[in-house]
Amino acid sequence: MEKARPLWANPLQFVFACISYAVGLGNVWRFPYLCQMYGGGSFLVPYIIMLIVEGMPLLYLELAVGQRMRQGSIGAFRTISPYLSGVGVASVVVSFFLSMYYNVINAWAFWYLFHSFQDPLPWSVCPLNGNRTGYDEECEKASSTQYFWYRKTLNISPSIQENGSVQWELALCLLLAWLVVYLCILRGTESTGKVVYFTASLPYCVLIIYLVRGLTLHGATNGLMYMFTPKMEQLANPKAWINGATQIFFSLGLGFGSLIAFASYNEPSSNCQKHAIIVSLINSSTSIFASIVTFSIYGFKATFNYENCLRKVSLLLTNTFDLEDGFLTASNLEQVKGYLASAYPSKYSELFPHIRNCSLESELDTAVQGTGLAFIVYTEAIKNMEVSQLWSVLYFFMLLMLGIGSMLGNTAAILTPLTDSKIISSYLPKEAISGLVCLVSCAIGMVFTTEAGNYWFDIFNDYAATLSLLLIVLVETIAVCYVYGLRRFESDLKAMTGRALSWYWKVMWAGVSPLLIVSLLIFYLSDYILTGTLKYQAWEASQGQLVTKDYPAYALAAIGLLVAASTMCIPLVALGTFVLHRLKRGDAAPVA
Amino acid sequence: MLRLLFFLVTAIHAELCQPGAENAFKVRLSIRTALGDKAYAWDTNEEYLFKAMVAFSMRKVPNREATEISHVLLCNVTQRVSFWFVVTDSSKNHTLPAVEVQSAIRMNRNRINNAFSLNDQTLEFLKIPSTLAPPTDPSVPIWIIIFGVIFCIVIVAITLLILSGIRQRRRKNKEPSEVDDAEDKCENMITIENGIPCDPLDTKGGHINDAFMTEDERLTPL
Repeated sequence: MEKARPLWANPLQFVFACISYAVGLGNVWRFPYLCQMYGGGSFLVPYIIMLIVEGMPLLYLELAVGQRMRQGSIGAFRTISPYLSGVGVASVVVSFFLSMYYNVINAWAFWYLFHSFQDPLPWSVCPLNGNRTGYDEECEKASSTQYFWYRKTLNISPSIQENGSVQWELALCLLLAWLVVYLCILRGTESTGKVVYFTASLPYCVLIIYLVRGLTLHGATNGLMYMFTPKMEQLANPKAWINGATQIFFSLGLGFGSLIAFASYNEPSSNCQKHAIIVSLINSSTSIFASIVTFSIYGFKATFNYENCLRKVSLLLTNTFDLEDGFLTASNLEQVKGYLASAYPSKYSELFPHIRNCSLESELDTAVQGTGLAFIVYTEAIKNMEVSQLWSVLYFFMLLMLGIGSMLGNTAAILTPLTDSKIISSYLPKEAISGLVCLVSCAIGMVFTTEAGNYWFDIFNDYAATLSLLLIVLVETIAVCYVYGLRRFESDLKAMTGRALSWYWKVMWAGVSPLLIVSLLIFYLSDYILTGTLKYQAWEASQGQLVTKDYPAYALAAIGLLVAASTMCIPLVALGTFVLHRLKRGDAAPVA
Repeated sequence: MLRLLFFLVTAIHAELCQPGAENAFKVRLSIRTALGDKAYAWDTNEEYLFKAMVAFSMRKVPNREATEISHVLLCNVTQRVSFWFVVTDSSKNHTLPAVEVQSAIRMNRNRINNAFSLNDQTLEFLKIPSTLAPPTDPSVPIWIIIFGVIFCIVIVAITLLILSGIRQRRRKNKEPSEVDDAEDKCENMITIENGIPCDPLDTKGGHINDAFMTEDERLTPL
């Protein structure tokens, strides 16, 4: 008798697992950036349209495939067509790449979390230089938060060629991150199902706390007004639409096989249409919610820096012209400057290059995304709040929950096909398989803890998943609609869930979504080809800022290998299956 | 005569204490920034206190124990509040070398700051860099302690889960063999009639077949 497939204890666990997987760091650090770059409030228009046209249909498709086939991605696509099981293999390869580098973010979050229990916060003050007369040079040129990130956390080398050694502190944090992930996936859905209650709900608690705190900060309204005023002309910019589409696509985590894996543990009769709509709506509203928090923090930081700048200019003028202390304020600064320029022209012109024009807009305009936003901009804002240790602990705890939630989905995508396969699961119990996967990923992940590790992280982040996922989802959609047959799938779903498939989904699956994905693919490829050599940002310690450098040849080869490793699986497995079938037919022919 | 002497003294003082003079230092105070509403006004009494503090610092230098308050000269007091000062020797003709004054002020910077309720940023001696206090470094960094705690908790949890998983699996493996043993026992006791084993009633939760009622109940009672 076959062992019953493990199931989610209740449908709520499944929904929470999907939410916990889809709502990740991208909602917090990529969506606010896109909103800012592409016209603030008006970016919501392409975003919501893409959600309805691309996000919901593709999400529903993946959940339906998983629930119908009741197997991981490899098995599911083998059932659709043996030639297409390469799609499943490609999903597993991409998930494996993702889990290797994604857990490093959790390691960084752990590092910052552990360092938040100090007074003062270590990234709020610069360390002293050798003879204790001033601050460390690199820290002076950059800021204390940048110094803590680039020097103390990453200990980054000036270029990708200089590998450096493994940073033991970061390696320990990475080990801990993998142990925590192992703890959560150890027992399969039994343990994952309970953990996702926390990883899905706790980030919302922290976001609400931060929303209340953020809106009451001085200068928060500046940020909110600046970011959300719609700039309607951006709607005509094709990049806004393309970025809306890609953000929806990657934010929902389509194509990794995690959604198929999660849905395969569902009761066959559960209403996956409702679940798909709920999950995608919650994911998008979390993005918008997180960007409100981020913009109020931006506004606070920009106002703080602006007032600091004004104070510095006033101090400079007061000292040079020996004015009375406290005479210069923000309101009379301009007229006093005018008076001084006319009264002491020579002295003023000497001073002029040192007087920066303080502008609130230029402070607000600094658009940052990714690790820069999470670990530099946010920490800079946090260090200026009262009781900064509490806010810091809450914030990094939230980042951890988001990261671990996404890791659970990634590892499920890898483990479900492995535990489904009869060969492997007969030799090893599922605890051992999970342990082995975590061990291998952790060992390879040590590369990202070396001094040049952050550069390799950027390579993986930018290239490991982007192109391959688009191709995987395209082949998935075509496989279900045209190879398996849309009518056959429709009748399967009706038999399974008892609900008829609406015409809207049929139109989207068969026509609109594949077209959208093809156009995204064309855009990405043309973008890569047009930019020529790929460049990266390297941290220059002597200048205290980022400089652009070219990738060396072996890094470009690694990028090519990353993309090829996953995309080539599809044709290679198809070819292999074809060859095997021919061989089998060749053997069978003489018997018949 | 007295007026001539006074004139001479001020003339000499004017020479010794000048902005940019040799061995002269500029001092800048930001009282209102530091104290806000509680700021005091800078007047000659405060200047006297300042001279006293500088003289006190110089007296701590070996060979300069005889420095008096009158040896410290202040000039060019502005509204900022900023001024220049020099320290002269006992003859009042020469100024003490800048290096000595600098090291003396650096040694006693804290006392001077406290006398005026200011700090290194609000009471500035230009060209005398202050020694910054290094942050207190605990012997074991705090983050390692927290890391160790969480690490141990996670390891213990993993071990517990793995052990309970192994125990569950062992129990599951034993159950089918236990059921097998019971069936063997049954088979030994099963009576065989026509090659068909009869299940004895005591090993299976027997149901009483109502068709086979007892003898006396078949007959209706009288």
